[in-house]
Amino acid sequence: MAEVAEQEEIVKVPKEPLFSKKNRKLITDPLTDNNPITIQVLGICSALAITAQLKASIVMAVSVLFVLGVGNVVISLMRNIIPSKIRIIVQLIVVAALVIIVDLVLKAFAYELSKELSVFIGLIITNCIIMGRFEAFALANGPWKSFLDGIGNAAGYGIILIIVGFFRELLGSGTLLGIAVLGDPIEKTGLYALGYENNGFMLLSPMALIVVGLIIWVQRSRNKALIED
Amino acid sequence: MEHLELFFKSIFIDNMVFATFLGMCSYLAVSKKVSTAIGLGAAVIFVLAVTVPLNWLLDQYVLREGALAWLGPEYASYDLSFLSFIMFIATIATMVQLVEIVVEKFSPSLYNSLGIFLPLIAVNCAILGGSLFMQSRDIATLGLALNYGVSSGIGWFLAILAIAAIREKIRYSSVPAPLRGLGITFILTGLMAIGFMSFGGMLTGGDEGNAKPSTEQVENTKKIEQDVKKLAKEKEAVELKTALNQ
Repeated sequence: MAEVAEQEEIVKVPKEPLFSKKNRKLITDPLTDNNPITIQVLGICSALAITAQLKASIVMAVSVLFVLGVGNVVISLMRNIIPSKIRIIVQLIVVAALVIIVDLVLKAFAYELSKELSVFIGLIITNCIIMGRFEAFALANGPWKSFLDGIGNAAGYGIILIIVGFFRELLGSGTLLGIAVLGDPIEKTGLYALGYENNGFMLLSPMALIVVGLIIWVQRSRNKALIED
Repeated sequence: MEHLELFFKSIFIDNMVFATFLGMCSYLAVSKKVSTAIGLGAAVIFVLAVTVPLNWLLDQYVLREGALAWLGPEYASYDLSFLSFIMFIATIATMVQLVEIVVEKFSPSLYNSLGIFLPLIAVNCAILGGSLFMQSRDIATLGLALNYGVSSGIGWFLAILAIAAIREKIRYSSVPAPLRGLGITFILTGLMAIGFMSFGGMLTGGDEGNAKPSTEQVENTKKIEQDVKKLAKEKEAVELKTALNQ
């Protein structure tokens, strides 16, 4: 019995607990100091075009969370059998298959929204975050770590998307998730009674860029280590 | 005329960077110097000009509902459009590889100037976006598809050239420290996009305006119609009255 116990202990030593400090860092790091959008400059294409409404931003964030989490695990499981010369094509096929699943699910359960997102669901395939994480992390690490890394990065991406979507919808149309929170602009209730007007400019695409620029400004002035020279 | 309209529309009004934010990753990453920006821009024009017409053929003759009719009547009901993502991206990835090999073989100087950018382009959203927009906008002919590919590539080229030039100059101005680099580039792109929005008036009465009048317009026309009807009724009544009086 003593021997068995000893053996078990030996086996256990190299194994990290599922949520060790290092693993937790994989999730929390991309949320702030290593954010995919504001620091790594990845995945901006799709981030900006669909953030005029909070709902679309949330759906996009969840889709990327699914694709990146599952894709990272799949690539990580296959990492030893993918020939390095054709790995880009293999990665693209894995992502494309996952994105097709997301697209079909959205078409089945949220048709209006999938119309609104139009080609941008398809563009998750070429979202640089996904290829970037596959290349930089999943090809070199085990499935569980890759999963955490995928979830963390997708969450970091999603947070920026949701912040941008929140401000653009709130200031642009005075609603959140389609619910009027500032009162009725036609009946002149709530804030509108005081003469407040919606800023329609927030709904136009250039404002997404400027909002992200401002987020970067805030983030970097809070953390001086991130400042570029 | 149709060609000219699509050409200017894709360069200025539906500019890939400023209107739809496609290819932003490489746009931000490779725009530090004008010379590299020109290299990447040229490569994007080139690859778009090859892949958009190719994917148009694929869409028309393989993927679209009823596209397989040329194989025989029993295939006419197939709709493979759910496969379009995977087919488009496979076409793009293989085309990029092929183009790389061919260019390396026949024109080493061009290969050297495009350099590392060619493989990078396979995962550029602008390329896949070009094909997906081609599909969703129902581009009608192969010629128009080629035109669309080239002109949206030129639009992307112009955008990256402009931002690279600005970034080279802005190094000498005193930007607030936290905004330096990425932050100011975002804001600059936003301002440029606002500038590009003014091109929207260039083609008034384009297909978009005719296809989808805004709800406001619809309501206005409805009101006007109602007013006209009312007036007509009143006129009739007045005429009747005068007739009765006589």
